[in-house]
Amino acid sequence: MTPSKTLDGNSHDSGPLFFRDRDWHPAAYTPGYKTSMTRAPHRALVALSSTLSEQTGPAFGHDMIGERDNNLIVNFTGQPAIGERIIMHGRVLDENGRGIPDVLVEIWQANAGGRYRHKKDGYLAPLDPNFGGCGRTISGPDGSYEFLTVRPGAYPWPNHVNNWRPMHIHVSVFGTGFGQRLITQMYFEGDPLIAKCPIVNTIGQQKAIEALVAPLDMNRAIPMDCLAYRFDIVLRGRRQSFFENRKEGM
Amino acid sequence: MQRLDYLKESPSQTAGPYVHIGLTPNKLGNDGIYPVDLGESPVSDGAKGRPITIIGTVRDGAGMILRDALIESWQADADGIFPGHDPRGKADPNVSGWARIIADFDSGEWMLKTIMPGRVPFHDGRPMAPHVSLWVVARGINLGLQTRIYFEGEDNESCPVLQRIEHRDRVRTLIAKRTGDGEYRFDIVLQGENETVFFDL
Repeated sequence: MTPSKTLDGNSHDSGPLFFRDRDWHPAAYTPGYKTSMTRAPHRALVALSSTLSEQTGPAFGHDMIGERDNNLIVNFTGQPAIGERIIMHGRVLDENGRGIPDVLVEIWQANAGGRYRHKKDGYLAPLDPNFGGCGRTISGPDGSYEFLTVRPGAYPWPNHVNNWRPMHIHVSVFGTGFGQRLITQMYFEGDPLIAKCPIVNTIGQQKAIEALVAPLDMNRAIPMDCLAYRFDIVLRGRRQSFFENRKEGM
Repeated sequence: MQRLDYLKESPSQTAGPYVHIGLTPNKLGNDGIYPVDLGESPVSDGAKGRPITIIGTVRDGAGMILRDALIESWQADADGIFPGHDPRGKADPNVSGWARIIADFDSGEWMLKTIMPGRVPFHDGRPMAPHVSLWVVARGINLGLQTRIYFEGEDNESCPVLQRIEHRDRVRTLIAKRTGDGEYRFDIVLQGENETVFFDL
């Protein structure tokens, strides 16, 4: 297997997807997270190798992104949001370690006090009039992306009596195939609530949990301006060999 | 022994109850950030093919309709070509193929207006029956669920994917019922009796 080079420059856009390691992902039925109990399928998934329906996926142009779409500090009203200013940055990669260019990354989060701008959120912490809580960007040629935002606060949620979500940013990412579609959450280095969270602990393996914890990145922080956290996102890889995935073979 | 140096896929987490903030802010009422929500329609005016409308709900294992589900759909054009990266050629320019659909905040009903997709080849070249791929996320769903909408009245018997479903009585959970001319109903059941078939694809 030679994952580093492709002959036509884009055959990696349509090759079969690596199989998902479903012991690494959270299981569907995770009673510690109560809502999963009635929303988890009981029957086994029907497993098949990916087809063209999963190997292809929507494409997004850089032209659809507004200038302030990845700046959550000012993209709601133009006035700055209150909170700890941070850069969230990283790369979108596949399991072969290649950056994936031109893919859409979307994020959403609570404000610095842990309050979401959503009609269903009744937490007593106030809304920030200048914070909407969503951002989007398209990855660069090496798969890199960045957002400017405020660090979200922890917040309570009705699961067990006294459950609090760690500080987190929701991340939605596309690859080049619909079967790579992924939503996850980014947590922050050193947060003591991470280990106590039933949603974090839907993931069984400690190493997998650590893959969602972003380290503080002082090299990317801007002095007298903002701190930075680095969060790489890895999507399913694609198989490629000379014996499959040749354009003329389709 | 040498080491296999593949990376591991980022583990999934639930989209949570507030997914609309990030993915459909205008439909939530948080307008002013993006001009329009993405994925409003998988087709634009002039798309070739038979117009169809699919309406449905998502139910949990207690029979309750989810009001916080988000579904994305992906499909080929009328000739069975996917927009974007299809190695077989260029798709109908009026088909983007992708839509983002949310359940109604009050009724929980969702709707997809599109065109009937053409047939797409399976690995061995046999055609798969016309289908729309779905990816379902919500609070309580830890990893997005993959399923497909097939259509009553099409040649579903010969579809190599449907043939792989061992429990034959479950195939019907993937076939949208015709309710009128170009109108279909597709209810997704997450758990229990009539549980929808979900795929690991």
